[in-house]
Amino acid sequence: MKVSNLADSVRSKNAGPFWVTIDIFCGSDSAYQSMRGRLQTEQIATALRQPMTAVKRFDIDALNVVKFSVHRPVVQGHPLDRDQHGAQWSMLIEELDLQD
Amino acid sequence: MSSNVRVLVPSGVLGLGFDSEALARAVALNPDVICIDGGSTDSGPYSLGTSTSKYSRAVCVREWRQLMQARAALGVPLIIGSSGTCGSDDMVDWMLEITREIAAETDGAATGEALKVALIYSEQDKSVLQEHLSQQRIKPLEPVVPLDAALLESCTHVVALAGAEHIQAALDTGADIVIAGRTTDTAVVSALPLARGCHAGACWHAAKIAECGALCSTHPTSGVIVVDIDDTGFTIYPTADQAHCTPHSVSAHMLYENTDPFILYEPGGHLDVRAAHYEALDDTRVRVTGSRWVPTDPYTVKLEGARLGGYQTTLLALLRNARYVANARAWVDRLQNHLHREISASLSLPESAYQLDFRLIGDNATLGELETQTSMGHETGVLLIITAQTQEMANEIGKLSNPFLLHYPLTDDESLPTFAFPYSPAQTSRGALYEFCLNHILELDEPMSAVRLEEVVV
Repeated sequence: MKVSNLADSVRSKNAGPFWVTIDIFCGSDSAYQSMRGRLQTEQIATALRQPMTAVKRFDIDALNVVKFSVHRPVVQGHPLDRDQHGAQWSMLIEELDLQD
Repeated sequence: MSSNVRVLVPSGVLGLGFDSEALARAVALNPDVICIDGGSTDSGPYSLGTSTSKYSRAVCVREWRQLMQARAALGVPLIIGSSGTCGSDDMVDWMLEITREIAAETDGAATGEALKVALIYSEQDKSVLQEHLSQQRIKPLEPVVPLDAALLESCTHVVALAGAEHIQAALDTGADIVIAGRTTDTAVVSALPLARGCHAGACWHAAKIAECGALCSTHPTSGVIVVDIDDTGFTIYPTADQAHCTPHSVSAHMLYENTDPFILYEPGGHLDVRAAHYEALDDTRVRVTGSRWVPTDPYTVKLEGARLGGYQTTLLALLRNARYVANARAWVDRLQNHLHREISASLSLPESAYQLDFRLIGDNATLGELETQTSMGHETGVLLIITAQTQEMANEIGKLSNPFLLHYPLTDDESLPTFAFPYSPAQTSRGALYEFCLNHILELDEPMSAVRLEEVVV
């Protein structure tokens, strides 16, 4: 099962030029509990090719949201930045496999 | 004595538009202040690098006229922060010029009497910053961006993000309109309620939720949000038809563009919303209590800086030939090696003096090496982005690359292909490229030393 099969929606966006923040909206408590147990922080680090020390995780019970904030793989506006707002990186997260 | 301040936020940013009927409805509620943001770093470093607005001037004029008219009708202050996207000194003057133009319009409806305008300039003098740097008063934030005197000197513009204290100082002049340079999104909204003694945690939390206008509601494009702040909390609601605030829409806004959904750092302290309680008063209004403001010492302001990163020229070729689409990556690798040889032979440039960045649209243009999908469609766009130290050099490399991008074969022993160029000339001069190069805070003994405050009558 992919993240997108369990989540209502996933978005990513810059949190300033040096961070991207990823919000996984699970929609229900059951989906949220399943997501938080099955989605590993290492998977986010690997998807964005960042060390674990560059990833912060927030499991937000009140919103049924799992949130990650990650150092941007490339600083916003750098010549090699392909996505100035970091918004399409959410697709990498949607397509991650969840553990059984 | 109890404090109650009603703040009207017409939109997330000047230039993005708002629902005029919703604005009229909000004005009829007699707010104590109208606050709007004028920018952010969100669109990239170009605005700060060049000290220009990303938004259309005509759109800003039209929207600012409506807000000046609303202000005149109410007789309350109108505040804009982060003027002209980047909040440079030039952009404060740009907003002042727009304000003067509107004030001079013959219909007179915009303003009525002479207007007192307070200007907050938050651009930083590099020689002063160099002193701060040598005294270790400029501290890196995470992730650490190395900073030395040469890098600081290379910035075209450096701004400090002004805080609520700076907006309050401007309001204290009796200003009808406050035009501020770079400001935290929240300080624009929190300044007046804080000055009137409302609950500090509520002021900052309300400001964070309201700063993007109706983005915290179920109808984000309507723009207009009203927030009532008092001694214990705040109540927030949109005024457009069909727009609602719900506990979920309001609390979820703390996620938006925030690294940490519970803690928000500001000049002079931080907001902590871990104990916040969100309650629906009805289907449109949400009441929030329990937010905390934690003052910190020393007072710090965040710095933003941009510097020139080179000049760019781009070319786009379209591959529809099935064999080339299937072998696009191999073709680009071969083409790139060939171009490096040609550039060396004709322009005598080492590879370190320029950059050829190929992006395969339909393959990996969006995600680059992070891409995990391998399927290819029936066509591929090949976008070549050239970065060089001068525009002339980038253009020369573009012209040199042009015939090869059009005709380069996959193997040596085949007839020359010709791909599709979507326009003529194929190369486009993109101009200067800028880079963000500061992720730092500046420690200050005297908060007001971060800005210059001026007063004018319009």
